[in-house]
This record gives sequence, structure tokens and C-alpha cells, in this order.
Amino acid sequence: MNRHHKMDSADRQNRLDGMAQGLIGTDVPRPDGMAKATGTATYAAEERREGMLHGVLVRATVPGGRVADVDTDALAKALGDDVTVITDARLLQVPAQGTDGKAPPQGPDLVHYVGQPLALVVAPSFEVARHGARLLGIRYEGGEEGHFDPEDDATPTELRDKKTVDIGDLDAAMAKAAHSVDAVWRTPGHVSAAMEPHAAVAWWEGEHLTVRSALQMLKFNRDELADALGIPAENVRLLAPFVGGGFGSKLGISHEAVGAAIAARQLGRPVRVVLSRQQVFEAVMRRSETRQHLRLCADEEGRLTGIGHDCLVSNLPGQDFAEPVIQGSRFAYAAPNRHLSLRLARVNRTCAGSVRAPGEAVGLTALENAMDELAEAIGIDPVELRLRNVPEEDPTDGKPFSSMMMAEVLREGARRFDWQRRNPIPALRREGDPRREWLRGMGMSLLVRGNILDEAEARVRLLPAEDGAPVRAEVETDMTDIGTGSYAVLSQIAAEMLGLPMERVTTRLGDSALPPSPGSGGSWGAGSSGSSVYLACLELRTRLARALGCDEGELTLRDGQATGGNHSRPLAELLDGGTIEAVGHIEPGKTAKERRQATYGAQFAEVEVSRHTGEVRVRRMLGVFAAGRILNSRTARSQCLGGMTFGIGMALSEELEHDPRDGHLVNRDFAGYHIPVNADVPQLEVHLMEERDPWANPMQSKGIGELGICGAAAAITNAIHNATGARVRDYPATPDRVLAAMAVAN
Amino acid sequence: MNPFAYHRARDEQDATATAADDGTSFVAGATNLVDLMKLGVKTPGRLVDITRIEGLDRIERTDDGGLRIGTLVTNSDLAADPVVRRDYPVLSRAILAGASGQLRNKATTGGNLLQHPRCPYFQDLAMPCNMREPGSGCAAQGGPMRLHAILGTSAACIAAHPGDMGVAMGVLDAAVETARPGQEGRSLSLEELYRLPGERPDIRTVLEPGEMIRAVVLPPPPGGTHVYRKVRDRASYAFALVSTAVVLRLEDGYIQAGRIALGGVAPRPWRNPHAEEAMTGEPPSEALFDRVANILLAEAVDRSALGRDGAPGFKIDLARRTIRAALWQAVERSEGGAGKTAGEAA
Repeated sequence: MNRHHKMDSADRQNRLDGMAQGLIGTDVPRPDGMAKATGTATYAAEERREGMLHGVLVRATVPGGRVADVDTDALAKALGDDVTVITDARLLQVPAQGTDGKAPPQGPDLVHYVGQPLALVVAPSFEVARHGARLLGIRYEGGEEGHFDPEDDATPTELRDKKTVDIGDLDAAMAKAAHSVDAVWRTPGHVSAAMEPHAAVAWWEGEHLTVRSALQMLKFNRDELADALGIPAENVRLLAPFVGGGFGSKLGISHEAVGAAIAARQLGRPVRVVLSRQQVFEAVMRRSETRQHLRLCADEEGRLTGIGHDCLVSNLPGQDFAEPVIQGSRFAYAAPNRHLSLRLARVNRTCAGSVRAPGEAVGLTALENAMDELAEAIGIDPVELRLRNVPEEDPTDGKPFSSMMMAEVLREGARRFDWQRRNPIPALRREGDPRREWLRGMGMSLLVRGNILDEAEARVRLLPAEDGAPVRAEVETDMTDIGTGSYAVLSQIAAEMLGLPMERVTTRLGDSALPPSPGSGGSWGAGSSGSSVYLACLELRTRLARALGCDEGELTLRDGQATGGNHSRPLAELLDGGTIEAVGHIEPGKTAKERRQATYGAQFAEVEVSRHTGEVRVRRMLGVFAAGRILNSRTARSQCLGGMTFGIGMALSEELEHDPRDGHLVNRDFAGYHIPVNADVPQLEVHLMEERDPWANPMQSKGIGELGICGAAAAITNAIHNATGARVRDYPATPDRVLAAMAVAN
Repeated sequence: MNPFAYHRARDEQDATATAADDGTSFVAGATNLVDLMKLGVKTPGRLVDITRIEGLDRIERTDDGGLRIGTLVTNSDLAADPVVRRDYPVLSRAILAGASGQLRNKATTGGNLLQHPRCPYFQDLAMPCNMREPGSGCAAQGGPMRLHAILGTSAACIAAHPGDMGVAMGVLDAAVETARPGQEGRSLSLEELYRLPGERPDIRTVLEPGEMIRAVVLPPPPGGTHVYRKVRDRASYAFALVSTAVVLRLEDGYIQAGRIALGGVAPRPWRNPHAEEAMTGEPPSEALFDRVANILLAEAVDRSALGRDGAPGFKIDLARRTIRAALWQAVERSEGGAGKTAGEAA
């Protein structure tokens, strides 16, 4: 028997609150933590198979044209017959976009960007394969023209008109507004920078292919890989039990899995392909750079009368994905006149796709900078400005909010940070002594991120006592744990619902043979997969209640003991030596369309800026977050810490640099692409607020994974302004840009 | 990677004789060379490993009261040495401003001085680079460079010496002591050691085939206040946009002697005696420090083209500001003020 539930109406039962084990919401540690800390949790590149060969991808060194000739003479002379060169037409041009479920563009004979993989060189060892890859002679034809700068007038662009929001008359509102802001912000490209580089080991047994890889969404990835290879999906099995970070970069099937599968088939042996860090940078998805024109206008009291957010992003020709910059601006603030638009430039740069919180991560950042400028123009406190513009309903489509904590996070954050100590006059203008080099400033920002529920299934099994040991449970789904804590959270939900201690629940993930989930992405993982586990457990509870002789609603399960209807018996007795199992199946329904569901946060930062060199140091940062029920306070907090750290990187140092002549990525490693290091990250404080969202899912939880990054950078750049009077509108705020902005401001 | 032979040298004579052959490289800490071999940028046919040679890992007093630092002394050991910390603090601070703890544990004194520039065009085999392949061109000019040199460059190359340790050694008047195959070694100042790129940026030093750095010799302690100021794109673990090593002796409100070396802006640690003479006998002032900066940067040319901003030239202004900030910091410390630096505060 299975339990299916479609989310067509609000669920206000808050059943998890009535459970007795007392685990939900607590800071249960990851059950996989010890294995990861001790290195016994192996990752894809560590998979070893008998007779395994090693493949290294060869990169395009030009941004266009076609491959006229692949010369293997030098390679054959140096390395002999041990080396195979694969130029199969099924090799990918770019990885699949998240949730595509079908093959991305294929065919390595056409070149679209520098770094595109064109061939796979396979050898008995990695070193020989890498050497061979360098000896391959590739001759190109054509490809002289290309577009490398999204803002160049000659670069073709297209308006994504389905995204356009045009309500009221923004121009008129701007013209007669008491206060307004009208400026352009730019954010550079970003990479996910997951610690584990992309890797795949593929092997065939007859017509059946197994690939151990680093992937976020197995259900979609299996279809993508099968489609790319031209084989039935049921012949493909994907394994990704441990994934060393994703942040969007492993949403879709990528070069290494397809290459390894083709080579393994052709050579009849297992093949491993691992991308180098440089290849991860240039052949996997980047976040598009953005140009954001913001217009805000308000009346005398600081009530917004208009919001304009017109953006330019880029992608390769033919790619549908356009960084959804304006997503958060649709509903963040009330304002009767609105104009939001998104334009996509076609450039020959590495493919753009999802990188942690596509849309809001960069869109909210610029919006929150503009709000800070508006608060200054009006002469009111930035927190107060935001509180005056809390929307009562989605201001773009009029939908009611499901549950909404915007005002609460702002007030709580301001209180905890001691925001009232902030002097609105920038320190540089107050500070008389020019010998005092370091100027302090405080800034804040609002964070919003839409919430999504996706279809998911999970199987939960209750197994009888063995040798006197208590009953235990198994949870199975193809959900992945990309470092987020899926193992912990799903075990925790099952343990809570079934009244078992954590150590009596085992969760198996990352195997496409298990019930399908939407995987890890879009912050929907815990809510979607968790709901399917919850439903499976609800079904098991119903059966246990029947065995005990009571209604499920009366049943209390705790520490392996079932109580209800004047009965109390150990679970082991109820099972009577048998195993019971159920599949839970959650489907999104009307609540997704009837309510605007979103998560909220407020971040506060204090920085010091050198008046001489423009260096910025973040001294403290605090975030308050509301995302429905918090399932595990430890893993939720970690997600927020990660988002805040991403925010520091976005604010101060992260930037993909492209050569203007051929679009190639110049900084392709962690020496050149500056993610924050320990010295950049001060004490970070995270506070999670109590909330239940009955419209989100039967657990009343919302996705928290990406919330922390959505606008975080703005708290820091707003603090830079409070220190120096400078408005850095070109991210990141490196010393040179801070100095340039200070020169403009003072 | 390319196949290569490996030779573990028994002693200096063995090392220099073996390394005199074409296509041979010395290797010690291997923190830079092996990275470049993995990238295919360096393809030596043979490595001569000098790490087992006895006696090269010592720090000793010299007869004149200076310090002799063996080439195999690791960056971590050198930075932590009590005599260095007391008498040459600018050296400790410079070393600790560079790389990471793990790298400093492996990186050696001689290897640090000879490390390659971190120019991304040098590291990318698909890009023309005169340092990697003489005559192929310099793609870095016209690229979005931030780690480029603005002094001592040529039309052929704008790569900067990336190190921190060398900048402090430069301000301390250090000399390298070499061993050569078949003849006596020699002593070279850092200015003598490094060649400017001119038309042959691939020849980075005057070291002859087989010639090996055996030690760095510091003259007696210069006294005064020591400051190392490094400005970079994040708080740690990044190469300098600009760095400055300052040794300043201030008495009764007058500068008795001032020395300053720049890092991250030239193919070698950069000093200019005229800038230092200008300080002697003067009271510190904005005007004086501006003059010092002007002398140091008089020949500066910025050949980068920052893609998006279209505003090349941030580096000359940033260098000027860093010079002033470091000099004021030295003055404040001499006067007993806090004068905290970004690096230390972080």
C-alpha cells in the first residue's frame, strides 16, 4: 500500500508537532558525518573497477568554427597503441540544464566557446591520458566571428517577453515621485566552486550501463544520459551516494559521464573521467554576468510608488536558460507601478546555467542596494523603508502569500544586530582624523527566495527485531546528499514519525534504481523528498495503528513503543517478525498556484574599509531567516552560513574574468577566482525563526538552501557606503573599485 | 605529464654537474614547478632533487652579524625563526602574508625566489606567451589582468614577480650565494639576480646552467620599524595587487633612514635609491610620501586592459596609495601607535 498526496489545499494539521520522538527541528548530526570526516565515504573519482581506463577531455582553444581535422600522429608516435582517441558525435557541447530530462546539444565538431570538450583521450593511466590529450592536434575551420561582450552594440540580444511585467506607468511615477533612484548595477559571472570536481566512472554489463558520478538529480540525469547515448533509460543506472557540493553545477548530465559511457562501451572496460579544476571552470555552467537597471520611486513617507528592474544577461546561442534576475523583484515590495524585463545576449562564452539561487542571488543584491540608496535619498532608516513596503499580497499577480515573515525577520535582525547604533552619516564624512585608516560602517539587506515543491517518491520499510535488537527502519529514494544533510534530515523525519531513535534508521540515497525524487536543487530537496518520506511513514503508522487497534491519530510512537487506545506494545510485537513497507508520493497541486510561497531573511553586516587602499574587511555578519518549519537546525544553519559566505565572496572578490578578444575564461582556478578564505569570513550569526507554512507541504517546511545568498552581498556593499559614502555598483568591491567609487562620492 | 628522469643529488657538486644539462630543473619544495608540469607549461626532461643535500637547511649567524639562510630552509621555519622575528621582522611578516600554511611548510627559500609569475596567460598553453614560448607574443596585454607588472616591463612581457618573501629580502639588501658546476660560486644582489624581461622574458635570472642558489645572506639587522603591507583581492591566500616592504628609522621626528621595496608591480622586488634618499633627514609628511611614491612610480606604465571596466591603470594609483599607507604605518609604529594592518587585523 502506498500513500499519495497532492498538495491541493493547506495542511494545518502540523502533524510533526504532535509526534513523540522529539527529533524534528533539533540539531541532529549527520549520520554520514563520521564517514566523510574519516575519508571512508568515497566520491565518484575514488571508484576503482577492475581493468579501469582513464579518460581526459581535450578542450577547444578557439571560440567558434568547426573541427576540420584531428591529427593523432604525434600522440600515436609518443604513446603507441595504448591510447584511444574518441571523437564520437554523441559527446556533449555543453552540460544539460537542470531538470531538462533530455540530452543537451551534442556533436564535438562544432565549436561554440573556448574550453568546449572536443575529444576524449583514453589510456591505462591518468597521466598518460593527460599527456595524450596535449599531443592531439586539432585543426579548426572558420569561426572568426563571434560575440564576446554582452554589452557590445553588435552582440545580438533577445527580449524574454514572457518574463516582462508591465503594470501601471512607471515613467510617470518616476517623473512625479518625491524621491527616486535610477542607476545601473553590474554583477560578474560566478561559478559554483564545488569542492569535488566533476567525475564519472562508467561500466557496462551487456546492454546495461552503470555510472558512478557526481550528480544532483538522478531522475533527470538518467533520462539525459540515456537520450545522449541513444539507449533506453531503463538500461541506465546512476550512482551518486556522496557528492562533494553541487550549487547547481551538477544539476544536469555533463561531459564526463557521457564521455566515460561512450569510451567504456567502445573499449569494453570501465572508464573513469575526471575534470580538472580548469575544465570545471570552463566546460561546466557559469552564472551569467548581469547588467541591472533599477528605478525606484517613492512618496514623501517612503512608500514605493514604482519599481523598475530591467536586466541584461547572457548565454550561448541556442541556450534557453536566462538568469532569472527579476524573479525576486516580482514580489519583494509593494508598488503600484512596475516594469520588470529580462534581455538575453548571445555570446560565445562558457554556457550559463543555474548557480546557487539563480535569479534572486544577484537580483536581490542590486535591488537591495537600490533600496539603501532610496532610504538615503528619503532620509529614513533602511530597515524602516523596507517595513513601510511589506506587500500584503504578491504585488505582480495579486496572489495571497502562504505565510510571510518579512517584517518579523527585519525587526528581529535589527534588534539582534543592535542596528540602532548605526549612524546614517558615512564614517568618512564624520571622521576628522585622516590618519585613522580603517572606517567602520553597517549595512543591511532583505533576502527573499521563492519556494518550490516538486513530485517525489520514497520507500520506507520497518524491519523486525534481529537477535533482540530493536526494530529498525530503512528509507530509500534516489534523492542526493550534496553536502546539505539529506541523510540526516530524511532519517530524522522517519525516526520522528515512527518513534525510533536516529541510529535505528538507515537512509539509502543516490541510486537511480530507488524511488524517484526531484533531487537536490532549487532548495526543494528536503521539502519534496521529506514529504514523500513523511507520507510513507504516515501509511506505516496507519498500519501499525490498525495492528494495535486504534486510529492513526491516536497512535503515539516513541523509542520503539506503540501506544494508543489503551494499548501499549513494542513495535517488534506489532511487526510479528514481518517487514512492512510503504511508498510515499507527494505531488504539487493547487497550493503552488494559489499562493505566493516564499522564504525571507534579513542580513546585517559591519565592515571596515581602508581609506587609503580601498580594502574591505567584514567584521561581523548576522542573518535572521524564516523558511517554514526548520527540519534540522544544524543543517539549516549550515546552509545559511554557506549562503552568507557566498555573499561575502559575491560582494568582495568573486568574478569570472573573460578575455575580450575570444571570450575565454582567464581565471580558471582557485588562485585566480577568489572565493572567500577563512580570513575573509568573520563570526557569522544565524537565527532561525519559528514558522509553519501550511501551503508549502504536509510538513509545513520551506526550502532554506539558497535563501542565505539572496541579497547577502548587498548588506556588505551597503555597509561599505555607510563607512565611506561610496556606492560600488560594479561587483565585486575589490580595492580598485572601492577607491574609484570613493573618488566619485567624495 | 611528459616523461622525465629524476635524480636525487648527493651533494652540491653532484647537483650542479647534473643540472648543467639542457632541459634539467632543480626541484626542492615542488610547490610551483610541479604545478606547472601538470599544466604542461614546464616540461623538464630531468629533475634534480636537492632536498637530500646535507647542510642546506640551516639558519646561521655570519661573522659580520648578519644571517645566512640555507636554500632548503622552509618558508614556515624561516618565518618562525626567533632571530628573524626579532631582527628582521619584515621578513617574517612578508612570508606569512604569502601562500598558505601547507604551502609554506613545503616551499623553500631558494625556490621561493625563483618561482614563476602567476600570469594566467603564461599558464594557459593555448595563449601566446613570450615567457613560455619566445617570440609567440604576449596575450596578457589586452586581457583583464590584475596581477601584472607596471615597472620594468617590456612590450614582450608584463608578468610580475609574485612573491612576498623576496620583497622583504630586497628591502633588507639580501644577496644570494650560488654554487656553480666546475667553478666557484658567486654572490649576487637581488637586482643582479633577476633580469628584466626586455625581448627575452623567458630568461628570468642570470643564473647559468647548473648554477644553484645555496643560501641567502642578510647583512646585519637594519634596526628601525618594519612594515609589510600587502593589498590583494581577498584577505589571505591571494597574490599581491601591490605590496610594500618598509624599514624606517625615525628619530626626534626626522627620518634617519628609510628603505622601501615594492612587490606585485615589477618582474623583481622593486627598489629605487632616489626614493629612499629623498626621505633621509626629512620629517614625515603627506608631501614627502607623495614625493617618494612619485619617484618610485615615475616610470610606471600600465599595459593591462581590464575588460569590463575599460579603466586600465588602477594599479599605479593603488601602488601610490599603498606606499603612503605603509610609510604612515611605519611612522605611527615608530611613534608607538597601533597602526594595525589589514593582514594583521584579519
